[in-house]
Amino acid sequence: MEAGIHELSAGYALDALDAHERDAFEAHLAECEQCQQELESFWTTTAALALAASGPEPAPALRERILADARAEPRSNVVSLDSRRRRLAPALGAVAAVAAVVALAVGLWASSISSELDDTRSALAQQQATAQILAASDAQSIALSLGEGRVVVSGDGDAVLVLDGIDAAPAGKTYEMWIVPDGDIGSANPAGLFSGADGTAIERLDGTVEPGDVVAVTIEDAGGVDAPTTDPIAASDPV
Amino acid sequence: MGAIAFDMPVLAFAAPETRFAMRKQHAHLSDEALVALVARADEDALAELYDRVSRIAYGLALRVLRDERHAEDAVQEAFLQVWRSAGTFRAERAKASTWILTLVHRRAVDLVRREERRQTDPLTDESETAQAPEQTEEAAWLRFERERVQAALKQLPDVQREALELAYYGGFSQSELAERLGVPLGTIKSRMFAGLARLRELLDESTQEGSWKPEFTS
Repeated sequence: MEAGIHELSAGYALDALDAHERDAFEAHLAECEQCQQELESFWTTTAALALAASGPEPAPALRERILADARAEPRSNVVSLDSRRRRLAPALGAVAAVAAVVALAVGLWASSISSELDDTRSALAQQQATAQILAASDAQSIALSLGEGRVVVSGDGDAVLVLDGIDAAPAGKTYEMWIVPDGDIGSANPAGLFSGADGTAIERLDGTVEPGDVVAVTIEDAGGVDAPTTDPIAASDPV
Repeated sequence: MGAIAFDMPVLAFAAPETRFAMRKQHAHLSDEALVALVARADEDALAELYDRVSRIAYGLALRVLRDERHAEDAVQEAFLQVWRSAGTFRAERAKASTWILTLVHRRAVDLVRREERRQTDPLTDESETAQAPEQTEEAAWLRFERERVQAALKQLPDVQREALELAYYGGFSQSELAERLGVPLGTIKSRMFAGLARLRELLDESTQEGSWKPEFTS
């Protein structure tokens, strides 16, 4: 690797590169795993610099403005980038000036370099299906009464579980999701498996969720079972 | 997490969801989970994220821009960027708060360069002393972190600290700094890289000694 361009990772993390060098570094960054890792690590350092700048609280009106702007923006954005761009308010046109940079920054985070290609493809297809459910204008968000997270159910009954604060399933075990009609566990229907990773799981459920159903998660032997054999580690309010 | 029997009321008779319950539930989620919900158009999740990060974000923008109106603009545009692009965020690559602060800083620098509005004061100025006594645990933690970062900055060689501060808080580009300080551009690049790498090392060391709170939990 050329030492000179590698060194630009610091200036990039500090937003201190001149435009032409920023472009050059981004082109390099797309190809250089070492610089990607360096940049991620430097971003943690610059975030610490951000903390050190702390000053007064912003005016309460700012919060209201941001939330009002967000509400005013139709939410097809998870699915369609192009239609989103057309909706940019003129005042936000300046964002376009750095759009390439931001796109790269988020694209970097979005790429899962260590994943194998097939995994990535399948995950992408899954993510798109999930995003479509979750972006549906008629989707409702249901609290979990056990565990931390949400269940989002579209008007068609397609559902996605967002489960926070979990560990990866133990060796030989899997998480199994259930759709439980009227909360009657005796009639629970299997709704898919996931192994999970430490942190947050976002999983699309197999099957349709009806009003009154409860969504639950148990830990079962790898491969899954037809009816739950353990107590749930997560369960929603009735839909 | 305690075991819950299947026939317990938690499954059968959970109370209807309320707005309050949603916010309360969000308060227990990680920043990264909130971003995942923001990607799903969850406004309450955006509000919760804002409540967690806005003070630091605004402080940063104000530091760079030195103007309340412009600082608000930078924060507003960055949070709308979060709203629009949350679906592309991947928690395995970075913390959500780091991502948001990166967006805020980028907007602030973009604005300051356009406005030709530069300031070059060192970090330890009135913004540190003018503040009211810290009341909450969150504020106390912020103060602790600020002091920790300032202590690390003070250990850097002067020329490295100067390069970092002028770039990050002043919004100067590398070539502007070279001209301003009368040194070759290559020297500025080296100083910036060495300074940021050393700062990272110092912060890692002090993290091991002290407490780095993992996220902006409320």
